Amino acid sequence: MSEFMGFFDALFSPDFPFVRNAFFAGVLSSVLFGVLGSVVTVKRIAGLAGAISHAVLGGIGISLYLSATGMVPNLSPMVGAIVFALLSALIIGTVSLKSKQREDTVIQAIWAIGMSIGVLFMAKTPGYTDPSSYLFGNILLISTQDLVLLLTLDVVVILLAWYFYPQIEATSFDEEFSQVRGIPTRLVFLVILAITAVAVVLLQTFVGIVMVIAMLTLPAGTAGFGAKNLVAMMVGSTLFALLFSFAGLVSGWVLDLPVGAMVVVIAGAFFLGRSVGHLIKMRRSR
Amino acid sequence: MSVPIVLHFHDVSFSYPHLTVLEEVGFHVHEGEFIALVGPNGSGKTTLLKLILGLEQPKSGTIELLGQNPSKARVQIGYVPQHASYDPSFPISVLEVVKMGMVEARGRQPKEKLRQLALEALHQVELASLADRPYSDLSGGQRRRVLVARALASKPNMLILDEPAANMDKESEQRLYETLAKLKGKTTVLIVTHDMKRVSALTDRVFCIDAHKEGKVGRTVVQHMLEEEPDDGVKRILHDVEIPADQCRYPQEAGNE
Repeated sequence: MSEFMGFFDALFSPDFPFVRNAFFAGVLSSVLFGVLGSVVTVKRIAGLAGAISHAVLGGIGISLYLSATGMVPNLSPMVGAIVFALLSALIIGTVSLKSKQREDTVIQAIWAIGMSIGVLFMAKTPGYTDPSSYLFGNILLISTQDLVLLLTLDVVVILLAWYFYPQIEATSFDEEFSQVRGIPTRLVFLVILAITAVAVVLLQTFVGIVMVIAMLTLPAGTAGFGAKNLVAMMVGSTLFALLFSFAGLVSGWVLDLPVGAMVVVIAGAFFLGRSVGHLIKMRRSR
Repeated sequence: MSVPIVLHFHDVSFSYPHLTVLEEVGFHVHEGEFIALVGPNGSGKTTLLKLILGLEQPKSGTIELLGQNPSKARVQIGYVPQHASYDPSFPISVLEVVKMGMVEARGRQPKEKLRQLALEALHQVELASLADRPYSDLSGGQRRRVLVARALASKPNMLILDEPAANMDKESEQRLYETLAKLKGKTTVLIVTHDMKRVSALTDRVFCIDAHKEGKVGRTVVQHMLEEEPDDGVKRILHDVEIPADQCRYPQEAGNE
């Protein structure tokens, strides 16, 4: 109990800015997880987002190598991550549009090749680099500058989602009908993929690759069971993401365990619980 | 009386790489006509539909939809797809599905106007009482009628329905055709179906995608005679009586094409 209260003391204490920053990062990333996660879920592109989020490890590995060997001094890992994210989004998006039957193979290939490139370059990078730190991240290392970046992306995503909501909803629900209505469905798809890719990069540097993909799908999946429409799913998903992030942060602090992994386990348990509840409800109503 | 032509195929051919689907297709549809387009599975009905909607381009020949290129005119069409890949977990209400019928390429429209028009369209298919229900709660037949309402919401010049009665129970099918009967004469209706034997009694003319012209690989479209079946609400397709594809009730327009 004292450790639990200790978390709240730390949250409001000026001596522990990293706890406060982690809390705000949880709040800000919850908006992205909620809005983008709902779109990713209803468009059924979680596999694509998964491949993009894992492929960025390749860009991170190359950036770390180039920076550490002095070939490109002070190259931020985020630069390589963004290049790899957009590149993989473009490849997967193009294959998905042009040759749907090859999509699955390409998703798995991009996923595996990206990660392997990352591991290879990290192995040859002078000094010690731990790939798992990029897989699970560390929300406690977030700076105020990172929070500003997250806030900016939140605002951009909310504005785009509000303005293009009818088009996003229509293309996700019935792509063929949307095309007949004159919506550029391919462009909408590629833009969603590109924004997801950029968001994945920003989020994964803070919370890790595994948590990004888990939080893009689990809160939205949980909210989807009771949501009346896509907006309700986005709001519900944001609230669930907030709940999971906060619960992960507190339990990670109290139990002295990695926060990212705690968040994923809590979100996963909640999602499975609701899935089972939904199945029971469906059986009873038959 | 001069009745404008709303859909005109001039000698259209279409092939996918390594597969010739349609060759020398020519037919036309007048405003207000109720047309059935029939063909067995795999005959090229979906391809023809995509050509009408401008989602595919012909290899040769031209298509005019409402006097324009189909890719420009298609927004004026009320399209009812099969929607076979429907995801039952998609969170959406019946009213929201119908509002989708008025979605534009970009931006948003006034909420109240959309709601009003969507409710009007739901009244037309007699499903206004289900407006706030989740779309996934509806039966297959009700969902198909909601898709008809979605197509009607934008007050289209022409309605195109892809296999509207597929997997529908008798009662739903009857209700669907009751809705279409109210539109007959006011809106041009084109129904695509794989039933090669009979069509609704509402049908004015029937086109079949089943035949190959001599020496051609791809299929073409031919017009057949219809015979009314007493008391059944259907017309029988007389496959042995072929009539020229450009023959219609309005010979003066057909001759001036």
